[in-house]
Amino acid sequence: MRDIQLTSEPLDIQSCIDLVSSPGCGGINVFIGTVREETKGRKVVRLELEAYNAMAVKEMERIADDVLGKWPVHNVVIHHRTGVLNVGDIPVVIAVSGPHRDAAFEACRYAIDTLKHTVPIWKKEIFEDG
Amino acid sequence: MTVTVIAFGIVKELFGGSSITMDIDSGDSVEQLRTRLEHRYPRLKAIASYLIAVNNEYATPEELIKATDEIAVIPPVSGG
Repeated sequence: MRDIQLTSEPLDIQSCIDLVSSPGCGGINVFIGTVREETKGRKVVRLELEAYNAMAVKEMERIADDVLGKWPVHNVVIHHRTGVLNVGDIPVVIAVSGPHRDAAFEACRYAIDTLKHTVPIWKKEIFEDG
Repeated sequence: MTVTVIAFGIVKELFGGSSITMDIDSGDSVEQLRTRLEHRYPRLKAIASYLIAVNNEYATPEELIKATDEIAVIPPVSGG
C-alpha cells in the first residue's frame, strides 16, 4: 500500500503510522522532518514551501513504488506540506512498515534522501535579519 | 510555435513571473529550448543544474517538444 499526500494542512504523524500499521508488519520506521531554527548561523523566522503540485505528487508516487519494488516492505506513506511553516512545524512525514526492521530502516532512508533530490518542492527561508 | 514555460523558485524571479511564453521551432528539442531560454535569460546559466520537465516528468535533452506540452524549469529542489 502506498499513500501520498501534498497538503497545505498540518501533517498528522499518528495518521501516517495508522496508515502503515498492519498485522503482517513487525516494524514501522518513521522519518519526521521539522523546521530548524537556524541555517548556516542565521536565525530562521519561518519557511515558505512551494511545490509544482502535479509533478511533486508524481515523483513521490515514483519513490513509493521504488521502495515497494526494492525492499521487502509492505506499506509506504509520504505526506508533504506546502505553504507557510514556523520553526518546529513538520514539512514531511515518511512511514514505512514491513515484516522486519532492516528493510524498513533502509527503505525509509532511501525515500527521504531521494525526495530531497527529485521532488519539485522548494523552501524559501525567511530570516530574522531579512 | 509558441510554448508556455512555467517557473518555480528562483527562476520565477529571473522570469519576472510564474510563466513566460516562447517562440520555438517545431521539432525543437529540450536542449534547444534550454539554449533559447539561456539566450533570453543569461542568468539561468548561473543556476547550478536546473532541469526541464515536460508533462510532469524530468525530460532528456533530446526529447522533442510539442505545442501542447506543459514545460517547466526546475531549479535545484529543497523540499523535505
